[in-house]
Amino acid sequence: MNFFHFLLQNHDQVLELTLEHLWLVGSSTLLAVLVGIPLGILSAHWPVWNKPVLGTANIIQTIPSLALFGFLLPVPWLGDRADRLAILALTLYALLPVIRNTYTGIRGVDPAVVEAGRGMGLTTSQLLFQVELPLASSVILSGIRVAVVVSVGLATIAAAIGAGGLGEFIFRGLAMVNNQLILAGAIPAAVLALSADFGLGWLERRLRPQ
Amino acid sequence: MIEFHNVAYALPTGRQLLSALNLQVQRGETLVLLGRSGSGKTTTLKLVNRLLTPTGGDVRVNGVSTAATDVIRLRRSIGYVIQDVGLFPHFTVERNIGLVPRIEGWPADRIHQRVEELLQMVGLEAQMASRYPQQLSGGQRQRVGVARALAADPAILLMDEPFGALDALTRDQLQREFLSLQLRLNKTVVFVTHDLREALRLASRIALMEAGRLVTILPPEDFLRSREPLAAAYVRAFRDGLDSATNRGAL
Repeated sequence: MNFFHFLLQNHDQVLELTLEHLWLVGSSTLLAVLVGIPLGILSAHWPVWNKPVLGTANIIQTIPSLALFGFLLPVPWLGDRADRLAILALTLYALLPVIRNTYTGIRGVDPAVVEAGRGMGLTTSQLLFQVELPLASSVILSGIRVAVVVSVGLATIAAAIGAGGLGEFIFRGLAMVNNQLILAGAIPAAVLALSADFGLGWLERRLRPQ
Repeated sequence: MIEFHNVAYALPTGRQLLSALNLQVQRGETLVLLGRSGSGKTTTLKLVNRLLTPTGGDVRVNGVSTAATDVIRLRRSIGYVIQDVGLFPHFTVERNIGLVPRIEGWPADRIHQRVEELLQMVGLEAQMASRYPQQLSGGQRQRVGVARALAADPAILLMDEPFGALDALTRDQLQREFLSLQLRLNKTVVFVTHDLREALRLASRIALMEAGRLVTILPPEDFLRSREPLAAAYVRAFRDGLDSATNRGAL
């Protein structure tokens, strides 16, 4: 088993690149959640925002990732450090599923429940935080889950601009025509994606209203 | 207690749902708004707690125009019960009933005590408190809906076809319980229904509405004898229903 032998021999580097990978995915997901959930709420509550917000997020999604990395490269502060740039690009990609699911989740709350809440004299923010967001939480989380899984894959491409992560192994392996190197990047990335999917899926089921 | 002065309501599209409505609801009475769907009865109800804002005229609660009242305070001082109940599915019965007291900052033990009292008042056992809405039957849910509306002891209760989605026997029982509750609590109730039988049973006065206008307003016993064509048509339809059943029995 040459491959496992390779992993063992280079476990320091594998660990380091995995951590870098996690940093890229984790921070971009966090940013996407911090920006995407408010945007989703905005478009759910004020329909005028619905089209511009979702439309923009949709368009971003259609830009090929390598091209997006390239576009962002000359931007002053961003281009200084490759990981900044990668995190921004990953954030932009993660926005769509987060915004869309926040929107869908909130719009999916039973209108009778919302009407009762308003009729009882809940303020807009009480209604949002005590009723709408809790009831939409499982749908929102499933959006975050999609974002994370996609990000884990996309983040491997970030290595092309020198942002590190498990993509390093993959690109190095491609250059050296070394399958073991490619697998050393691809397999841990797949494991990350699967465990994130499983973990968030579990959380999502816990949050789903019975 | 509640006054409508020449009230109109139109949709942003310009469609007029309610026009020239003048109406007074007296303290402690049950005013039933009777009419077909689209007659403006639910619109009228929602103007009281400003879920809708009048596009003309003035709605007054306790002598103050609702337009000049803080809308959150206004709604918390008015109980609101709807046909689909709208219980919060992620809250237990206890939290559903205790929500307004909680956001009003009542101490926990007082809320707990109030919830127990209300459960008993609407005929539910104390152990229901820890259940979730989806574990209850339709009748039980609406009982919780009524308890929740009564939680902060509002003087006014708005009820929009609260028993409309229930089976006939449960409806009958809840109507009966409503009457005995109302005898004790003496709330000012505005009750929307399309069912004459329900109106006759519960109302102090029946306000008949059609196409966004108030047709007539009469106590139940006068309603049955009214010569007003629409009221008479309602009574006839109601009597025909009874008669045809009796006739078939005779055959």
